[in-house]
Amino acid sequence: MSEIATPPNSASEPARTLIGRLKDNDLLASFLSSKVTVAAGIVTVILFLAALLAPWIAPTDPFNPATNYLSDSFDPPSFIASGDPRFLLGTDDQGRDMLSAILYGLRVSLAIGFCSVALGALIGVSLGLVAGYAGGWTDSAIMRIADVQLTFPAILIALLLDGVAHALLNPANRDESAFAVLVLSIGLSFWVQYARTARASTMVEKNRDYVLAARLIGLSHARILFSHILPNVMGPVMVIATINLALAIITEATLSFLGVGLPPTQPSLGTLIRIGQNYLFSGEWWIVTFPSLTLAALVLAVNLLGDWLRDALNPRLK
Amino acid sequence: MTGPLLSVRDLRVEFATRKGPLVALDGVSFDIAPGEVLGVVGESGAGKSLTGLAVIGLLDSPGRIAGGEIRFDGERIDNLPQTRMRLIRGGRIGVIVQDPLTSLNPLMRIGDQLTETILAHKPLGRRQAREQAIAWLGEVGIPSPEKRIDGYPHEFSGGMRQRVVIALALCAEPALVIADEPTTALDVSVQAQIISLLKNLTRRHGAAVMLITHDMGVIAETADRVAVMYAGRIAEIGEVRELVRNPLHPYTQGLMAAIPTLAVRARRLMQIPGAMPRL
Repeated sequence: MSEIATPPNSASEPARTLIGRLKDNDLLASFLSSKVTVAAGIVTVILFLAALLAPWIAPTDPFNPATNYLSDSFDPPSFIASGDPRFLLGTDDQGRDMLSAILYGLRVSLAIGFCSVALGALIGVSLGLVAGYAGGWTDSAIMRIADVQLTFPAILIALLLDGVAHALLNPANRDESAFAVLVLSIGLSFWVQYARTARASTMVEKNRDYVLAARLIGLSHARILFSHILPNVMGPVMVIATINLALAIITEATLSFLGVGLPPTQPSLGTLIRIGQNYLFSGEWWIVTFPSLTLAALVLAVNLLGDWLRDALNPRLK
Repeated sequence: MTGPLLSVRDLRVEFATRKGPLVALDGVSFDIAPGEVLGVVGESGAGKSLTGLAVIGLLDSPGRIAGGEIRFDGERIDNLPQTRMRLIRGGRIGVIVQDPLTSLNPLMRIGDQLTETILAHKPLGRRQAREQAIAWLGEVGIPSPEKRIDGYPHEFSGGMRQRVVIALALCAEPALVIADEPTTALDVSVQAQIISLLKNLTRRHGAAVMLITHDMGVIAETADRVAVMYAGRIAEIGEVRELVRNPLHPYTQGLMAAIPTLAVRARRLMQIPGAMPRL
């Protein structure tokens, strides 16, 4: 008697649990398959956690003048013969513990990076969606503005915006507004990339049948744009956002290094590097070296993650 | 109800080109009675789908309705503003598009796509809409709909997706369904299921159907009347039986003769000589 293959039981659905989904997730598999990416991921997570937990894990509070003594200034790192065991990475000119300053600086740098990426993405994606969907003169108007902005380097735009904002603001609360001004100027200098990406994807997606089907259902343009097209455009936008996070952090560091960014009272990594480079030639190398290394590690790790994401989400490379 | 549900009179659709208007539909007239199934056949480019698009007011620029009128349920709809047309689209006229593989949003749960449609056209709450969506999935023959409703389109086979698309077109209980080649993308065994599902469902809900297809076999099985289109005009329109048995227009005669049969062993398939004139 011949055997009949029994069809698989339709009731046994594939595992719908989170872990079950993660296990057969292509993205995770491609992440784990590259050692460099895993290393970058680990470094990123460590740095993110360090930034997030800075108030709890930092040995001292670098912003509290009561615990910082000028007598401790310029102490070398503790692993050097003349070092002070209290300060693992040495102290700066104010007697602040460098390790704590770096942890807090990382926090500030990342916060500015995330906020400006969010702002840039919000502006860019909205304008790009509208431009790509509406077409015609709306498209031309938005994209010509974008083209004009692209002729200036992003750092120049950020400097310009930063300068204008500082000129307009009351000098008394300059320090408090520095964060917002930086986020605004970096966010505004990066929106073009998001707009171009979102526009290109929208122009592809809007001719897909599911958009036609949504129109056939009788949905409004706004509804189609935001609940049907937007999710399908987010893939490439996420890739740009990851790579731009590194760029935004670098831009913030550059601005702070140039002295138009954050003040020394709430230092970011860039501010620390600016302070430190004053003492490079007098032999206090640790003040500039450790913030620079942290910045380099952060940007490199985020960039590697961005590259991986770009390749993993690109169907043509599969 | 008296009078036709959909009445198209002397419909003329033009596309603006650099060399002046290109007439894509010329003097197309037909009626669909409530509950009736009208088949529309013709070769590619004859204007079948264009007629469907014109009826629901989705002709994209540079195409436009240049003449004639379209009445739906007695009301003229060819010149309605977009906001009012949106209520008719999906609500009173449902549309089934050609390719179920691409006409569902890949990133949206099918349940959300169904409830979105129901909510857009019916005064219901989210929960009620979801219940209705489940009921519709069951009605189009999706097993265990209360589970599958939270699935994404890629978790469904082509035939199942076309069932979902049919549920989408019908869930607002339209009086007219325009099915634009609903089976072209499916394989033959599934085609028959989908056609009989479409036929049964629209009959049960009393909806009229405008069935656009290449397939005379589907028309003969499903439609009450059939319109044969050629080069932007209706060549012949009439009862299916009558037209199949006794085609009057030479093009229709050619079309009938070109249907391959298994009964007669032909050396060569019949074909219609020549191509449609360039418009």
